[in-house]
Amino acid sequence: MKKNIALRMISSLLAAAVLLSPAACSSGGSAVSSGSSSAQEEKTPQDGGDFVYGLQTQPRHLNPYLNTSADTRVILFNIFEGLVKPDKDGNLNPAVAESYTTSDDAASYTFKLRPGVKFQTGKAVTADDVVYSLSTAAGLKTGKLLVAGLKNIKSVEAKDASTVTIHLKEADYDFLPELTVAILPKGYTEQDTHPIGTGPYMFESYSPQQKLVLKKNPYYWQKGLPHFDKVTFKLESDSNALLTDLQGGSVDGASIANNVASQLGSEFQVIASNSNSVQLLALNNKTEPFNNADVRRAVCYAVNPDEIIQTVDFGKGVRCGSPVIPGLKKYCDTSLAKAYNHNTAKAKQLLAKAGYPNGFSMSITVPSNYTVHVETAQVIVNELKEVGIKATIHQVDFATWLSKAYHNREYQSTIVSVDGATLSPRSYLSRYVSDSDKNFTNYSSAAYDALYRKAETEKDETKRIALYKQAQKMLSDDAASVYIQDISNLNALKNGISGFTAYPLYVFDAASLYRTK
Amino acid sequence: MKFFAKKIAALLFTMFLVSILTFIAFNLIPGDPVQLMLGTNATPQSLAEMRSQLGLDRSLPERYAAWAVGLLHGDMGTSIQYSRPVSSLLWERLPVTAWLAVLSLLLIFLCSVPVGILSARTNGTPVGKFLDSLTMLNLSLPGYFFGILFVWVFGVLLRCFVPGGYVDWREDFGGFLRFLFFPAAAVAVPNIATAAKFLRSSVLAELDCDYVRTALGKGCGRSAILYKHILKNASIPVITLFGMMTAEVFSGSIIVEQVFSLPGIGRLLISSVSARDFPLIESLVVYIAFFVVVANFLADVLIRCVDPRMREKA
Repeated sequence: MKKNIALRMISSLLAAAVLLSPAACSSGGSAVSSGSSSAQEEKTPQDGGDFVYGLQTQPRHLNPYLNTSADTRVILFNIFEGLVKPDKDGNLNPAVAESYTTSDDAASYTFKLRPGVKFQTGKAVTADDVVYSLSTAAGLKTGKLLVAGLKNIKSVEAKDASTVTIHLKEADYDFLPELTVAILPKGYTEQDTHPIGTGPYMFESYSPQQKLVLKKNPYYWQKGLPHFDKVTFKLESDSNALLTDLQGGSVDGASIANNVASQLGSEFQVIASNSNSVQLLALNNKTEPFNNADVRRAVCYAVNPDEIIQTVDFGKGVRCGSPVIPGLKKYCDTSLAKAYNHNTAKAKQLLAKAGYPNGFSMSITVPSNYTVHVETAQVIVNELKEVGIKATIHQVDFATWLSKAYHNREYQSTIVSVDGATLSPRSYLSRYVSDSDKNFTNYSSAAYDALYRKAETEKDETKRIALYKQAQKMLSDDAASVYIQDISNLNALKNGISGFTAYPLYVFDAASLYRTK
Repeated sequence: MKFFAKKIAALLFTMFLVSILTFIAFNLIPGDPVQLMLGTNATPQSLAEMRSQLGLDRSLPERYAAWAVGLLHGDMGTSIQYSRPVSSLLWERLPVTAWLAVLSLLLIFLCSVPVGILSARTNGTPVGKFLDSLTMLNLSLPGYFFGILFVWVFGVLLRCFVPGGYVDWREDFGGFLRFLFFPAAAVAVPNIATAAKFLRSSVLAELDCDYVRTALGKGCGRSAILYKHILKNASIPVITLFGMMTAEVFSGSIIVEQVFSLPGIGRLLISSVSARDFPLIESLVVYIAFFVVVANFLADVLIRCVDPRMREKA
């Protein structure tokens, strides 16, 4: 009896072992990913078909005026357009508007609407819709400013059915970048759950934590675009899930982390692009010892961005010395990246001068969900040790970080990546003005405030660019914080998909993608 | 009747207590759902506007009372993150978690009972020792490990299923169940060892009893004794264990749902905590409390059916 059972057990186990052994292995493989940011095949685009893209994001509100979080903007870029729209080189091209003129005193901007532009419902865009959109976003009737960049608007009026004039409270020669704000149909109240705009893709459905589906806008004004009929954003909660999705074949592409790229097989192309945000070690200028500029400068000399880029980012980041992203080539002062070359001797000297010859202790608060920032903190702790500064890492969940560190400014130092809402350098520099409600570093300098004001009101473009660069130099000289890098984003796409376009903004352009096989 | 009335009162009290504790806990920890929702570029006015729209500027007791009253009317409130009724979010996800739970409980039952009985019968023999070490191995490996292992081995290497290729139960019910097989296995495997061990030790304890010796002396076959007499007595602790396991899997197998990308209750719970989505958290917590109490209650009832001695104790 017992022997029978034993034999039966052993034979069934053996059978199971044989069945489960990975005999016929399909792909998988640990091949190094082929093709980095090199040229893509420029074959004739094929129209039609579906495209599924994996994202590690949680879209919440879909109303572009309410949801200003970068993650959702990535998707909303495909549904909405403004009077002007950015292109991959950072220029502003006419979109809903066809042309515009500026008054001599730069206090009025007049836009002529593009004939034939329609909303995704088929209804034509009129001047009334533009007036409604801008008035709502600027809070003209309600007094509630929803989009910060529009605070300078005094009034908006429709001159006729296809002409709109915007009057500003004070002259602004660089107001155009703010007009990428979405144009919405007048009186439509369901934007939050069923958005309607003028962009190349229209909203179809959204299942939270699962997917957001967009379909081709049949009324889109730009002929030939978009290519795919349907674009599905698959929403995952972490990068490992994205990796298994790619390997398993349930997505055509995904935005992935650096350490995961090497595990992809050769049927994927991996394209690197800037994340268009600057990672910094933010120093709270109002707390000891960072209220002393020499201490801040010492930390700048102690931190080694090159080492961080090598260790954390596999060498794929772009070093930065100012809060303006390097992608804004016209405005970024790239020489500042080398302003503080790693120099422990100089750091110790400055610390001694400031009254801390034996260093001091400090805490670094990091949001625990961003592994890249946590790893950066670990590298920085070691670098600071060399100059006698004892740093401890304080991990908190994102909700806590946002409320305590960012909004209430209760931190000593923290690591985060900061992006900008528009193509204007103001979206990166305005937060350093002393009374800005986004000034989470508490940087306060009357000279900077005056300089920023001057740049805001400067008429001549060349002089304006020079002033923006001066402002960046001031932030670097004063060591407002330690600017580290623009972390690279990796986009994995199945072979046979082309047209990926990188922008100097945190967006994903699905309209330019197409299949070639 | 008194028995049922007492149980229902206990259920309501538990749900109430759990909801109050959660409410207090979440209002003590830092984190503001409106800030999280609107992002870092939001103006202070839009933050204030959203707060008043959601009723977050009212006092704590007021907010709790409003939610509780709504719940009594069947309205679980509106999710802060997704601006849709909590009830619709729950009903969408309940079938996923429920079917996952049913399939995994079925797998646990089908695997652990034979293994438990077999290891009790072959106790001391090489087969018994082998089964013991297998169970020990299973117990020492963490549960989440099986989830990741299954995704890699069966999904990526062997291509038995498409990782991330969740099929909606409304679109294709057959495909939905088929996709749930591996997640259910990942939930089941860590629990099979526990259940088998429980069954084994309670059967062994029964084997030592006097009545077994009596029955053998009277000429009853070993199998007959086992299945007719011992199993009923040995099943009592196992039923209790199954009650706890049922409560656990119905509350949402968080890790397995995360690893297999299933839109279930577990994932919703995690995201609602990170987003400080109060109405959603409260409703989920009450749902879980409800299930735990009901599952344990059903286990109690089953034990009373199986064991007449318990019936008199009421």
